[in-house]
Amino acid sequence: MPILPVKALPVVAVIVACLIAAIGTNSKWALDFFHVAGGGIWTALDLFLGFVIGPILGRMSIPARIELTKRLMPKMVLIIPTLVTMTLAAGFQLARYNGMLDTSYPRHAWVVASFAVVGVMAVIAIGLLEPANIAVLFELRKPQPNGAVIEKLMRRFIFTAGITGVMQIGTLIIMTRLAS
Amino acid sequence: MAVPEGKEWADRKVPPVTALGMLSLALIAGGVSYLAAYLPRHAPLGPAVGLLAAAAVVLAVNVVLLARQREFAWRRFFQVARWALLAYVVIAGMIEYAFVYDHTRGAVLVVMTLMLVIFTLTPPVLLAFTVARFQQTS
Repeated sequence: MPILPVKALPVVAVIVACLIAAIGTNSKWALDFFHVAGGGIWTALDLFLGFVIGPILGRMSIPARIELTKRLMPKMVLIIPTLVTMTLAAGFQLARYNGMLDTSYPRHAWVVASFAVVGVMAVIAIGLLEPANIAVLFELRKPQPNGAVIEKLMRRFIFTAGITGVMQIGTLIIMTRLAS
Repeated sequence: MAVPEGKEWADRKVPPVTALGMLSLALIAGGVSYLAAYLPRHAPLGPAVGLLAAAAVVLAVNVVLLARQREFAWRRFFQVARWALLAYVVIAGMIEYAFVYDHTRGAVLVVMTLMLVIFTLTPPVLLAFTVARFQQTS
């Protein structure tokens, strides 16, 4: 049985193809759309996972947690990287297109601050969140998944999603500052 | 090896591979942010080279610590690491293409490429380690 929801892969492929087209054509509207829509959904999803789903999951029984995890995590392994790619790739191209990457840009310090925030989020996502997501999927494939392992990994996933959600608010402050 | 169950298995002691991997990535992220902050001018390379060297040392220590593990699901580790590496090589290829396309040349290109190499190697180690540490060894 595949770990990923295979049926959703064409949807991801279409989104990535549209993103490449937006970057290739430098379509300002499309880049704005991918950056704003991707960033908004990514932030909301992280905050929802960290501050709504997390506490609910913590109060559920072990079998119920496993059931929820089984349905949630395969989707997350596709949704989160797609949103992150949409947001960051379109955002970098927009910054380039608008001359914000140039050191002569008046608010260049804010752009550099956004690099730092994204850098920290990337380290957390690549180091903790993504491995927890993949590891929990491997655990769920076992004939008898270990509830303690799933709990440990899910706690890590939800906690890091919450942290990146909070950091996204920092990014939103920087972005609105740059846009105004 | 007997198969431990429950909480003991989840909490068994393992080397700090995740923490070191994250440190390595953080050093690379710091180096890239530093270089990007000077665009389109070239940044003085000293700090970037220092961060790159530190990241390489941390990655090497991490690999050594991991290689010393005896009771570890190595088969699963390499299975996950292989596929993750393939994905990250594709990502790195696209990033390297962007460097060259954007006329990055000389010493800056060398430093950026070496940073990219460490960025490419670290996530597969982290992914494969996190999966394998919870797998049964046989």
